[in-house]
Formats: sequence, C-alpha cells, structure tokens
Amino acid sequence: MIPLLFFMPIVQLVVLSYAADFEVKNLNLAIVDYDQSESSRHLIQKFTASGYFTLVGSFRNVKDGTNVIEKEVADLVLICPQHMERNLENMRVAEVQLLFNAVNNQKAGVASSYCQQVISAFNNEHLRQLAMESTTSTPARLTVDVRESFWYNAQLDYKTFMVPGILAILVTMLTAFLSSINIIREKEMGTIEQLNVTPISKMEFILGKIIPFWIIGMVVMSFGLVIAWLMFGIGVTGNILTLFSFVAIYLIAILGIGILISTVTETQQQAMFVTWFFMVIFLLLSGLFTPVDSIPEWARALNLVNPIKYFVEVMRSIMLKGSSLSDLNSHFLVMTVFALGFNLMAMRSYRKTMG
Amino acid sequence: MRNIGKSYKEVIALNDISFDVADGELFGLIGPDGAGKTTLFRILCTLIVPDQGEARVRGLDVVEDFRSIRKSIGYMPGRFSLYQDLTVQENLEFFATIFGTTIEQNYHLVRDIYTQLEPFKQRLAGDLSGGMKQKLALCCALIHKPEVLFLDEPTTGVDAVSRKEFWQMLKRLKKDGLAILVSTPYMDEAALCDRIALMQNGRILDINTPQKISEEFVGVLYAVKSSRVYDLLIALRAHPLVLSCYAFGEYLHVTLAKSEDSKELESHLQNQGFSDLKIHLVTPGIENVFMQLLQQTDEK
Repeated sequence: MIPLLFFMPIVQLVVLSYAADFEVKNLNLAIVDYDQSESSRHLIQKFTASGYFTLVGSFRNVKDGTNVIEKEVADLVLICPQHMERNLENMRVAEVQLLFNAVNNQKAGVASSYCQQVISAFNNEHLRQLAMESTTSTPARLTVDVRESFWYNAQLDYKTFMVPGILAILVTMLTAFLSSINIIREKEMGTIEQLNVTPISKMEFILGKIIPFWIIGMVVMSFGLVIAWLMFGIGVTGNILTLFSFVAIYLIAILGIGILISTVTETQQQAMFVTWFFMVIFLLLSGLFTPVDSIPEWARALNLVNPIKYFVEVMRSIMLKGSSLSDLNSHFLVMTVFALGFNLMAMRSYRKTMG
Repeated sequence: MRNIGKSYKEVIALNDISFDVADGELFGLIGPDGAGKTTLFRILCTLIVPDQGEARVRGLDVVEDFRSIRKSIGYMPGRFSLYQDLTVQENLEFFATIFGTTIEQNYHLVRDIYTQLEPFKQRLAGDLSGGMKQKLALCCALIHKPEVLFLDEPTTGVDAVSRKEFWQMLKRLKKDGLAILVSTPYMDEAALCDRIALMQNGRILDINTPQKISEEFVGVLYAVKSSRVYDLLIALRAHPLVLSCYAFGEYLHVTLAKSEDSKELESHLQNQGFSDLKIHLVTPGIENVFMQLLQQTDEK
C-alpha cells in the first residue's frame, strides 16, 4: 500500500503535466488561392514559415477547402480572394478569409490568434516596404510594435503553470479518498463496533485517523516538489516554509472533509461517490484548467468554500510568484477556518452510539 | 435491566425485557436468529439507546453513565471484529493500549487462552481459524480486566472441539467473579449456563436454571422411530392422544398427556402397518421445553 501511495501520484504528476499542455502546435492548414499572385504566395509562405502550421493541401475552390475541414484533415482554411494583390496595391486594403474547425473551441481560438500574429507580421513588412518605396510623399504610418513580456512564466510554458496546480490536486485527491474510505472500512469490517465500546473519546478517534494521513500527505507533497524541480525545473520561488505551513493546515481541512463523508455514509461505494461528487466540482471550479475569473457569478460564490481553489492559488503564487506570508494572509485565515470547521463537523457527526 | 423495549420502524426488536445477572454468574440468552439477542447486547454495551425502560450495568445506567460502563465491560460482538490486518499480538496490544493498560499487567487473566494462541502470535488475525479467532477476540475483550463480559454468539461457526474448550474457559472466568452474559442458538450449550433466558421475537419466554427449565415440561415425552418417517409423522399428528409431534434428529418426539397413553398409541400404529416401530420414553431437554413454549405462545 505504501509504495502505491507514493508511486501513483508521481506517475500522475508526470503524465498529467505533459498531457494537460494547452499549447497548440502543428495546426493543419489548407489553402484556397484564387489570386495566385506574388502577394498571396508571400502571405502563404509567411503562414508556413511561422512554425505553427503544417500545409496539408492547396485547393481550387472554397468547397474543396471546407471539405477537408469536414473530413478533419485540416484545422483551418486560408482563402485568398481574387484581386487580392491589386486591392492591396490600389486601395491598400485587402481581405483574406479564414475558416476554422471550432469543434475544439480552445484550439480554434489559439489558431485564430496565431493567424493574427502572422497577418500582422505580413502587414508590418508590407508597410515598411511601402515606406521605403515612397520616400517622398506621405510619411509612413507609425507602426506600434507591441512587445509582450510574460511575468513569472517567461516562456509562457504551460507546464510551469500546470505542475503546481496538478500537484495540489493530487495531494488533495489522495488524502481525501484515504480518509473517507478509512472509517467506512472499519464500519464494513465491524471493527468499529469493538472500538466503540472502548473508552476512547471522539477527539482521540478523529485525531488517530487524521495524523497518519496528514503525514502521508506531507511526504507526498515533498516528493512532488522534488519531482517538479528535477523533471520540470520548477522550484519554489517563495519561502518553502510558508508553502508547507499552508499545506499543513490545508491537509487538516481536506482530511476533515473525508472523515465527515465517512461518518455520514455506510458503504465504501457511497463514500467513493460522495467524495467524487465534491472533488470533481471543487476541481473544475478550482482554476486549475480555466481561469477562476471567467466562471459565472454564482459559481464564483460557490468557490468561496472551495478549499482546492485556495490551495491552487497558494501553490502557484508561492512557487511561481514567490508570494510571502503577508500576501497570503487571507488564504491562511480562510483555510484555518475550514480546517477547524470541517473537523468539528466530523466530530459532531461521528456517533459512537448508533440508532 | 427493567422493561427494556427497542423497535426499528415497524419491527419490534425487544419487547418488555427484564432480568438480573449476579456476579460470578454465567447467564445464557437462548433463542433462534432474530430473537433480539444482539439488540439486547448492543443496548447493554451502550452502543444503542433503548426506546423504553432502563438498564444498569454494575449499577450504572446504560444511557447516562455510558462512559464509565465502557471502561468496565468486555464485549465480543457476534461478527469477528478485530483488525484482520494486524497480527494476533498487535491486536491484543492495541486493545490493551486503548484501555490504558498493558498485556503484562493483565496477562494472568488471559494466560490460559493466550498460551494456545502464542504459537501464532505473529500471524495476521484474518488468517486464523474460526476457533482461534474467537479465542483471540475473548483475549481482547478480557485484557482490560472487565467486570462484566458480554459475548454475542461466541461459538457460532466454530468447530465442536473449540466450542467445548471455549465453554471451559468461560467456566474458569466465572470463578474469578466475572458476570458473564452469553448468547447462543445452540441448545446443548444452554445446559452449561447457570441460568438461561429463552428468547423469541423480542420476548423472554422463560428465565430459570437449565435444570428447572427442563422440569417445566408438561406431559411425557416419547421418541418414536420407523423407516417410514413421513407417514409416521402424519399418523402421529392425526392421533387424538398426541399433544405435539415433531422431528428431532432421527426420532420423532411425541408429547402425550400421560404415560399410559403410550401403549394405546403403539398398538394403534402397529395396526396402521408400522412394523419396525421403536418407541421409548425420553427425559425432556431444554429444546423440548423451548418448542413447547413456542407452541403455547403461538396458540395464544
């Protein structure tokens, strides 16, 4: 059991961190070029040279182009209309059409932003060219060069973003399931009946259940941090003691939830389902995959009691941003309230006397 | 305990149960499955609260003083409920520690039983045989020096030899002044108790010493045997002199009002063509009384 407890989260951490990579690469591009001009070829060449797109074919008309999207051969189609070059020369405005397969809207969104980058690069180049050609008359429009710089995750690496979050989830799942199954098992095996006639108090009983899992949680957490550092090069930017003191309080809260579930359910199946129910909701609202700010108002209200949300936030801010204890005061306060609250509820609902 | 009642929704598990058990007494609760024995144990061990009446264990109320009671009782549930993934020794140590004592301190209480377990002390409790499990459970229930012992069907599912040993252990424990309340569905074990209560459907039918209970039998009992068992049963039940007749091992037990009737019955059966008939008088046992009591309650 013990090797399993450590082995599983580590494998999950490694596999999930690679899998939960939102970076979109190798988008399949189809071309419909009605113009067949130098400009259109130049634009197409810009697309293929960007590194984001793989050219899967050129077609003579739009129908053939949309066909390959339907067959899922292409993710997007670039359509250069007739007289594109002429319009560009004469009116300095030309239009191209882009069709995306938006079944996976996230992928389509990313593809669209890549296209914009490519097209604006094409524009800039074109403008510069014009400016050089017409040195006399109208001075070239001032082009604003936007340079983006991403803080705390300079290369915008998804792994840097995901690993702390995934580690948070794994530690949560592990401890929540361990604790919720545990008392149920005593119920199913009948050992609880023997234990209930002994003079041990509720407090001692709950503590006896929490402490071993708390230690396991802390050890798995440390293990995960080492893996994050060795495999992904993600160290803890902030104070590691601050991180661990938060984890210490957090684990008590999660274990309290697990034990609360196990006191109100009767079989392992029930406990599993109830734990899943809460964990999946907490997980999807936690901001691990989607930004918390983009979820609806009512769900954000629900998030106030979502311990995983606080943990994911704390993990990311301490590991990536290097936030200090004073930045996270409110998180610490809320988690302490959770830890006390859930455990008091668990203690209340655990009855040594039945029926 | 006085007028104890407990019901689950529609089902009345216990109905107006009252009895006392003295120190050094081995008190048996005898009854079939579903008679309410386990419910009664759970009330006395402070695991469930009775709906009516009051129960006291060593003068302490099971509802109000449950904490003090838990320190002074040993309970062995009907289902094996020790930790199967701990060894024999670990289980014993665990329960000793929970009660704030050590094995060494109370070793004398369990020595007789534990010596039999000693060769297996490193074995997981889940891997023990049925009899060994029960001996270990008894050790664990005794290790904190309880004053009252509650044993819920300790010998169910245990082989005949181990059952015998188990009852000998109880006899020895009783000599130390322990009050022991034990339940069993086996009538032969009832005779080993000091006093027994016959239970059925949440009621106590009778409480007395096994000896006295056997004497309560009304009428005379005969054992009858023939190769045509089923025909014999029908013929006997149809006869007006027969008060009751039921199968008992290879014999049919027939109750008659007086012994003179047996001659008449024998000739009647021979006339009916039961040639290989065997008939003899038997001393009624607890089971016979139990059956008779059941019949009486049914008629009421």
